[in-house]
Amino acid sequence: MADVISMEEIRAIASRLDIDPSQIDLNSIRLPPGEDFGIKSDDDDLHEEDPLEYDSGFGNIIVVDNLPVVPREKFEKLEGVVRKIYSQIGVIKEDGLWMPVDPETQKTLGYCFIEYNTPQEAELAREKTNGYKLDRAHIFAVNMFDDFDRFMKVPDEWAPPETKPYTPGENLQQWLTDEKARDQFVIRAGSDTEVLWNDARHMKPEPVYKRAFWTESYVQWSPLGTYLATVHRQGAAVWGGASTFNRLMRYAHPQVKLIDFSPGEKFLVTYSSHEPSNPRDTHRVVLNIFDVRTGKVMRDFRGSADEFAIGGTGGVSGVNWPIFRWGGGKEDKYFARIGKNVVSVYETETFTLIDKKSLKVENVMDFSWSPTDPILSLFVPELGGGNQPARVSLVQIPGKEELRQKNLFSVSDCKMYWQSNGDYLAVKVDRYTKTKKSTYTGFELFRIKERDIPIEVLELENKNDKIIAFAWEPKGHRFAVIHGDSPRPDISFYSMRSGNNAGRVSKLTTLKGKQANALFWSPTGRFIILAGLKGFNGQLEFYNVDELETMATAEHFMATDIEWDPTGRYVATSVTSVHEMENGFNIWSFNGKLLYRILKDHFFQFLWRPRPPSFLSPEKEEEIAKNLKKYSKKYEAEDQDVSMLLSEQDREKRKMLKDEWDKWVNEWKRLHEEEKLERQKLRDGEVSDEEEEYEAKEIEVEELLDVSEEILSFDFGQE
Amino acid sequence: MRPILMKGHERPLTFLKYNRDGDLLFSCAKDHNPTVWCCDVSRDSMRLITGSADQTAKLWNVQTGAQLFSFNFDSPARAVDFSVADKLAVITTDPFMELPSAIHVKRISGDPTEQTGESVLIIKGPQGRINRAVWGPLNKTIISGGEDAVVRIWDSETGKLLKESDKEIGHKKTITSLSKSADGSHFLAGSLDRSAKLWDTRSLTLIKTYVTERPVNAVAMSPLLDHVVLGGGQDASAVTTTDHRAGKFEAKFFDKILQEEIGGVKGHFGPINALAFNPDGRSFSSGGEDGYLRLHHFDSDYFNIKI
Repeated sequence: MADVISMEEIRAIASRLDIDPSQIDLNSIRLPPGEDFGIKSDDDDLHEEDPLEYDSGFGNIIVVDNLPVVPREKFEKLEGVVRKIYSQIGVIKEDGLWMPVDPETQKTLGYCFIEYNTPQEAELAREKTNGYKLDRAHIFAVNMFDDFDRFMKVPDEWAPPETKPYTPGENLQQWLTDEKARDQFVIRAGSDTEVLWNDARHMKPEPVYKRAFWTESYVQWSPLGTYLATVHRQGAAVWGGASTFNRLMRYAHPQVKLIDFSPGEKFLVTYSSHEPSNPRDTHRVVLNIFDVRTGKVMRDFRGSADEFAIGGTGGVSGVNWPIFRWGGGKEDKYFARIGKNVVSVYETETFTLIDKKSLKVENVMDFSWSPTDPILSLFVPELGGGNQPARVSLVQIPGKEELRQKNLFSVSDCKMYWQSNGDYLAVKVDRYTKTKKSTYTGFELFRIKERDIPIEVLELENKNDKIIAFAWEPKGHRFAVIHGDSPRPDISFYSMRSGNNAGRVSKLTTLKGKQANALFWSPTGRFIILAGLKGFNGQLEFYNVDELETMATAEHFMATDIEWDPTGRYVATSVTSVHEMENGFNIWSFNGKLLYRILKDHFFQFLWRPRPPSFLSPEKEEEIAKNLKKYSKKYEAEDQDVSMLLSEQDREKRKMLKDEWDKWVNEWKRLHEEEKLERQKLRDGEVSDEEEEYEAKEIEVEELLDVSEEILSFDFGQE
Repeated sequence: MRPILMKGHERPLTFLKYNRDGDLLFSCAKDHNPTVWCCDVSRDSMRLITGSADQTAKLWNVQTGAQLFSFNFDSPARAVDFSVADKLAVITTDPFMELPSAIHVKRISGDPTEQTGESVLIIKGPQGRINRAVWGPLNKTIISGGEDAVVRIWDSETGKLLKESDKEIGHKKTITSLSKSADGSHFLAGSLDRSAKLWDTRSLTLIKTYVTERPVNAVAMSPLLDHVVLGGGQDASAVTTTDHRAGKFEAKFFDKILQEEIGGVKGHFGPINALAFNPDGRSFSSGGEDGYLRLHHFDSDYFNIKI
């Protein structure tokens, strides 16, 4: 595929050849048949072939050149050697090795064809053996058979590439300018994928765009909400636009399984894993990193699944996704992955390793990036049966200096939690008790932004409490921990700032015996949902951490997922298809009022469209928060108008329904009356349907129960 | 008020029927050997007709419990319904051993000794089981609904198909129940597609749709207020063992006109299979897969519901 040529280059080439590009009649240029120089035509949607269907093509054939030319008697020996080399890489088809012989000289021609079962194997063979030295004089030149075909077709004369007239792009962030300041979300249910506005005022969603079979596995928003990515057999695609969703770019990657955006949504990482034709081999993994806007592959990584399965326990598909973790804030400058005894950090300027080599860390288990700064935190477990302590260290990129390090003893496991501003790092440390029979948990709290990065140790009041969940307040200084025994664990809130002694962590409160196992902070902090998912059947408690009070308790029966909208005004709870029943989602206000409920069978995904960070300075934001009353007046008036309108509409609708119904009832009465006689006839003259044939009569029955006589004294002189 | 719990049956209830005066309640269940699927009582409360799985429909003397007559078929009888004036009865039979389902019309003679088993009319045609068949106005039509999710209106004289519900707007899954209004002008059909639909009996116009979260097994209309009640729940074979709430075994009340849910009556711990309103509209009863029959008398608050 030809590289994309920029307009500048075209102009440069044109001036060199003394051609005025504006004088060229583009329509007169005829490309050779079957060649498009990598420029996809706009309507290739219709006849785009599936690149996987190689059955009829020659995609799984390679051509090996620079073989020794041997006479007949040595033919079999050479064939044996070639077969040995190439059958190590994949399974050669039966009769899949063909070495032509010159009919005159009876000597081989110095090349051969090898046909594999799959194009992947052929590709691998080409990669691995191109440049293979059989001996000094014979260095293999290996090519895909299809490439020959393709390069043969390149015309001798250079034809200037067709330039498309510039069309201004749409405003991809149009949705942020919604007059009603609503947020969008995408849902996937059955075969349909749908983008909707959350119209909380009208207590219902408003459709934006809907498409059946939009994706073949799942959808994902880019981190700033500009694009919606879909995953297909041939690759991934991103969609967006001002008013609807158009396909903006495609990223070819056959059998792509997983995708991941860089935080600044400049790059897209795609992943696929291919079954080996030899069952004893491991899966082959292909990773591509695309530039989201140009669609160009910036770097690809290939290898066996083992190479990419280090670190972490691995997900369902055997990978610890994302393999590449992005760091360095929103500029997408660095990304890294963990390997055996190394952490490989790449930079996106050149897509190569920083300093051309990986960071060597013996036995590194896990790492994570600060969400804002190019700082890596690394965890190395205990070695040598405890002789060498476990270690958590902070490493500055690109310099690779160690900023801080902490040795930890008798550690069984560590988990790292960064606060969203990169101010704090909490390391949850599971330690063995003296007997090594059980573990207990403590926290090491790093204050990244303070001088020398002080570390504080936090232990729970009851050291033996199990930690069920931990979560930092976004942009804040507080965190919440669920700890204790499962049926009714406790929830504690801590602050990294305490009144006069700013450098100490302090406990705010502990809520005893809550049915919760997950924490969901509002993206703006302050509010948190204490949720009991799975075993707790969807218990929800909306808690205000500023006031330390519960705002509401509710339940979304069987809820599996909870997500705050990006503004922290609304919350979506959903029951996805892991359960057979109850599928659908609820939208709540931040303080726990159920706004509306939508049921959908086979409900797979609910995702709020993320918003890019606000352009307001912190001072400005504070000013708005201070004068909220002034600003909110306008919106309150709007709210009232809407609710008036709604109740008016509701009244009208009810009246209409009522009138309609009355019409039916009158009609029925009339018909019923008309048929009265006939009915009577049917019943042999028995009079009516409604009136009873018998009358209710009141009958008085007197019954004498008992007679007794009593003598009462009687006083005559009474007044 | 606390419901009256009746545990006369050992196995799932199948059908409930009040007599005209509302002082007798007939319940059918699977514990009768064989299963009784449906029943109807004559206007004078003297005779009962039952349809059962042993391939018979039987006439009974309500007072003595004596069997008066037995109609024998070659496949299980499912639905039974007396016509206006009780001179005819419609009986549906299930598809069985290559026999298609059928609707039979029998003449019910005033004197049980003169009763014959002859059919006045047999309608064959629709695929799948016919779960309910009732008489239309003036006995001129028969309305049926069943597994093929289509409501059909037949001419009761000729057996000709007069009307069929539209596939687009009609039910999507098996129609499980069908209940006529007191004056027979409209009827409510409940379906496993989790909804119940209200139709005009004469024109088969779809008037209302009530949507729930569970398959609907039973429907009833209040003769007093503009309320409808739907019962059902997760299929017995798919009921979760973890939480009774998951099954949604409530009887759901809807406003008949606004199609909005008003409330629910909990209690059963299995799907509701049968519902019936007392003709006075002041109580209703429900029968469940759990084998219980619950008789609910409404509190005075119920009659003042405003939405």
